[in-house]
Formats: sequence, C-alpha cells, structure tokens
Amino acid sequence: MVKGEPGGRSLFISKCIVSLPELEMSNSKVLKNKIFLKSINGSAIFVMLLLVGFFLTLLYAAWPALRANGFSFLWGKTWDPVRDNYGMLPFLIGTLITSFLALFISAPFAIGAALFLGEYYPHGTVSNILRNIIELLAAIPSVVYGFWGLFVIVPYVQTFEHKLNIPSSGLGIFSASLVLSIMLIPYSVSLIRQVISMTPIQLKEAAYALGCTRTEVIMKVILPSNLSGISAGFLLSLGRALGETMAVTILIGNSPKLPNSIVSASNTMASLIANEFNEAVGSTYTASLVEIGLLLFIVTTIINLLGRMIIKKVSVKL
Amino acid sequence: MKNRIFKQLAIAGTVLSLSACSSSENPADKQLLGAGSTFGNPIYSKMFSDYGTANAGIQTNYQSIGSGGGIKQLMSKTVDFGASDAFLSDDDMAKAPAPVVQFPTCLGAVVVSYNVPGNPEIKLTSDILAGIFLGTITKWNDEKITAENPDAKLPDQDITVVHRSDGSGTSYIFTDYLSKANADWKSKVGVGKSPNWPAGVGGKGNEGVAGVIKQTPGAIGYIELTYALQNNMTFASLKNAAGNYVKPSLESTSLCANGDIPADTRISIANSAVDQGYPISSFTWILLYKEQKYDNRTKEKATNLVKELWWMIHDGQKDCSPLNYAPLPPKAVAAAEAVLNSVTYDGQPILSAAK
Repeated sequence: MVKGEPGGRSLFISKCIVSLPELEMSNSKVLKNKIFLKSINGSAIFVMLLLVGFFLTLLYAAWPALRANGFSFLWGKTWDPVRDNYGMLPFLIGTLITSFLALFISAPFAIGAALFLGEYYPHGTVSNILRNIIELLAAIPSVVYGFWGLFVIVPYVQTFEHKLNIPSSGLGIFSASLVLSIMLIPYSVSLIRQVISMTPIQLKEAAYALGCTRTEVIMKVILPSNLSGISAGFLLSLGRALGETMAVTILIGNSPKLPNSIVSASNTMASLIANEFNEAVGSTYTASLVEIGLLLFIVTTIINLLGRMIIKKVSVKL
Repeated sequence: MKNRIFKQLAIAGTVLSLSACSSSENPADKQLLGAGSTFGNPIYSKMFSDYGTANAGIQTNYQSIGSGGGIKQLMSKTVDFGASDAFLSDDDMAKAPAPVVQFPTCLGAVVVSYNVPGNPEIKLTSDILAGIFLGTITKWNDEKITAENPDAKLPDQDITVVHRSDGSGTSYIFTDYLSKANADWKSKVGVGKSPNWPAGVGGKGNEGVAGVIKQTPGAIGYIELTYALQNNMTFASLKNAAGNYVKPSLESTSLCANGDIPADTRISIANSAVDQGYPISSFTWILLYKEQKYDNRTKEKATNLVKELWWMIHDGQKDCSPLNYAPLPPKAVAAAEAVLNSVTYDGQPILSAAK
C-alpha cells in the first residue's frame, strides 16, 4: 500500500475505518464503502474489457482477409474488389497526409485563438461570446461541413488549381485538409486556452519584472511552460482527424490510387469503409474492409501512445 | 381478500389475452420486410404503398441499404425478400443456405452526363468511353471524340472523370457495358460494384456524381436515367451494337429488354444489338427463397409475399413511367411469372394453391 496512490489511500482509509474502534462506524457504512469501491473498480475494468473485446471482435471478423491477403496487405498499392486483390497503402498514406496536414494548418490558428482567449481577454462578455462561438464549431455535424466544403471551398480550390495549370475538380487532399482543419480548431483551442489561463502568475510576473515585453512573455514563458497541454490539445485534434469520416469522404475525391501530390484525389481508411461496406458482397471483400478498420484502430492507438510519450517529454515540472 | 381477487383477475386477464393470441389471425403475417437496391427505392416505395392501400393490412417495409446489403440480409434470412441491381452470381447462388430465385421488376438505364461549356450535343462510342474512363483520352478535343462529333465545338479542355465512390449497382451496370463492348476495359478493370477506377474522382451516390459534374467544367460521369431526367442534366447519345446513335429514354431502354429471357432471368441486357435500344440498360431484380417454409414462416405470410410480388409485375407496372422507370416488356413479365409460380411452401406451389 503506497501512500499517495489513489487506491492505496482509500484502502488505507477503509482499513482505518475498520480497525479503529473509537470511531463509531456502523457495519452498513463500511459495507457501502466497499460496494462503492468495488463498483468503481468494476466499471473501470469493464471499460478496459470492452476495448479488448472490441479489438478481438475486429480481429475475428478480419481473420479470413488476414489469411488471404497476408502481410503484403500493408504495402499493397491496389484495391481491386473485382479481382480480390487488396492492399491498404494508398489509404494509409491518404489518412496520414490529410490528418497531419489538417493539424499543421489549424495549429497556428488554434494557438492564436487560445492565446487571445486565455491570455489577452480571459474574462468579459465578448470573450465569453467568442469562446462559445469557437465551441459551436464542434457542434456542427461533420456531414454539414462536408457539404459546405463541397459547395464553397471546392470551387475556390478548383479556380486556384486552374491558375496553377493543374487540371482538377477541386476535390482532393488539399480541400479535405482545409475543411478538416476548421473542424479541429475547437478541440485544440478549448484545451490550450485552459492551460494557458492556468499558467502560474508568478512566472509571468517574474518575466515582466526582468523587463520582458508581452510577446517575449508569451513566446518564452507561457508557451514553453504549457508545452504539455498544447501537445495534449493537438493530440486530441489529431485523434479526431484520423477518425473523421463524413466530411473527408465528401471532399477527398475517392480515388483508389496512391496520391502523387497535395492536390490529387485520394482516399482515407475511414472513408473507404463508409463508402464500400454497405455494398460489399463476398467474404474476402467484407473481411478486408474489417481489416482496414482493424488497422485504423491500431494506427490510431500507436499515434496516441507516441503522442503521450511526447507529452511526457515536454511537460515542465514546476 | 383484496389480494386474492386481484390475483384472480390477473390470471383471468392473462388467459384471455393468450387465447386471443392463439387465434388464426397473426398480424405479423401481414408485415413483410425487404431490403436492398437504392436504385429501386423510389419505385418500390410507391408500389408498396399502393398495394398496402388496396389490400388493407399488408404493410411492406423496404429498407434501401444497397444491393449488397439486401443480398446479405436475405442470406441471413432477416428479410422476406432482397432487391439487387445485379443478379446473383453462380458463386453467390452456391453460397446461399437454400435455393434462391430472382425475377426482374423494372428497367433502369445509366446515362453519361457531361459539363462542357456551350452544352453541345455529344455522341460517344464504347471505345471512346472506355478510353476516357481508362485515362487514355484526356482532352475534350481529342481526335477520337471530334471524329464522332464533327459539328460540335469541343474545347481544348482536360476531361475530369467522375465515378461513384460507394459500391453501387449503377457502377456494376456501367462496367458491365464497358466490359462487354471493350476488351481493353475488360482486361484492365472488369465488372464490379466497386471496380479499381484507373482515373478520376469519386462522388457519393448519384447526387454526389451529379454535383461534381455540375461544378467541374470539363467533367464527365455516369448517373441513373431517372436521376438525370428529374434533374435536367445533359447526357450523351451512345452508339449501340447495331451501329445507331441512341439517346437514353424510357422507350429506348425498354426496347433492349425485348429479347429472349432465360428461365432463371439472370441476363445482362447491356450492349444490346436491338436496333434502337440504348446500350447501357439493365433489369433490377427481386430475390427470395424458392422454398418459403423456413424459420417458422407461416403459409399465410408466404402467400401474402408472393401475391404482392405478382401484383408488382402486373398492375404495379403502371407506377413505373410517372417515376421515370421503364416497365417490363411482355417476355420479361412471362419469365417473372414462371419464377413466381415456382415458389413453393412445403413443396406445394403457393400461387396455384391460392387461386
């Protein structure tokens, strides 16, 4: 029993309750305590089992494809349901490119908005209104983003690409990333704004006392000390971007080929499943789609773990 | 005392309701479930609602989840019938838990729509179409296209190919036509609901493809005839196997189906050699089990199902034209009748017993 560890503390307390006869604690209260603790532990274990069960069911459903496609599935460049030849490389690349590009596009805007709302104007009516508007961005359904992007963003991207002499319809990685970056802003802004507003005031005062300008305080004190919170905000957005289906599928052009430039049409794993699962007939075809889902699950988990390592590394011990 | 009376009343109530259940009228027998093709959704919804009003009590619930979904649901016996834009392949028939029969209900066609400045009337052949969709013909003023269209003003503009991003019966019909008419397409891509498109971008659903075509100058794509007519889209005339340029319409679609139909009705009428027939036409089928006695299905339910399907190929056909579907020609109706007459319950053909 380690002091400071949550389980240890409550266990310690409950043991104290049981062992100190001076404290008149009735047996029913002791029992209630035990039941409460057990049910909390039970819920936590249930969620973990659910995740493991989820993974196992995906594995089971994808088994026929894992056997038929083998390891070459991971670097296979063709997705041909007519000839039962499946490979996921184009979709993996499409997913990673759109998600990271959307993250990079949204990052400066997210940090800017978070600084504005967390550092410059943390209180006040206007600040509240702006904060709510940004959070409303998260409330817009993703399919609405997709259609808005199709009717508003895609024509502009098309004209832009024609000016650069690229023949295109406007659909592609670029349009999808643009709209996706707007969708990611509320997630990172809300988290980053909170950590920025919670920066210890002593740090800022000390910096001002040393003669720092406002910009220097932000760049050299606030942002570096909150690097772990900022990374956590970006990790949250990245997770959202990796799994985003509807908006991406409307804008990305749905081409099964490996993308050769930022403006080419491509496809992502989630969008592929959404498009083809309904009509998939044939055990290898359906199982291959489940295999794509399984691999998306694994990729997202790996990126999450990497993200957590980064957050740990950059967190500043105050 | 009160408790005892309450208990006796409860027992009496349960007995009465149970006896009501055991009567021969089971409402579940009048509720039929179907699933499948999105192409057929508008016409099936109208037909089922018309049949329901005429035959009070029969409710048909149709879910348009796609042809693949319909077939899957039928195989797992969760629906009474499935609807598909492609007939079952030999593989699928072999994998079915029990023999499945299918019959056509109406006809659809796939048109090639385009967005060229000036909206010229364009004529295409299967070779040009295959070249465009394979990515070998990339400009609107390519010699092959201008040779077929000497009068049309075709600009020096890149062709943007638009196909379906989701698996679809429309893609099946289109690739079926291209495979039959062009050997290059057949070897490179083949037939399928989600083929490996060598060129172009994908739109989701007919509306997605139509949207991209309308927004992209120089785009070309394929959509259902019903959709194109209802949305006033420009489409091309195609040269059929008989050598005539035919514009897609309900009449030219129906003409293709006038040929002989095999007994199991599994026939593709694409690339037809009928004189004025439009070459990218296809039936759409309904599938059901040949032996209707499975999984506690009652004879009444099976009879209700087969009677409704019979109505669909006779009186129901009048719903087709107002919704821009082509009705079945007589030979197709005869073949469908034969299929429905072969559906049995416990070995006895249902329709002859009902008459």
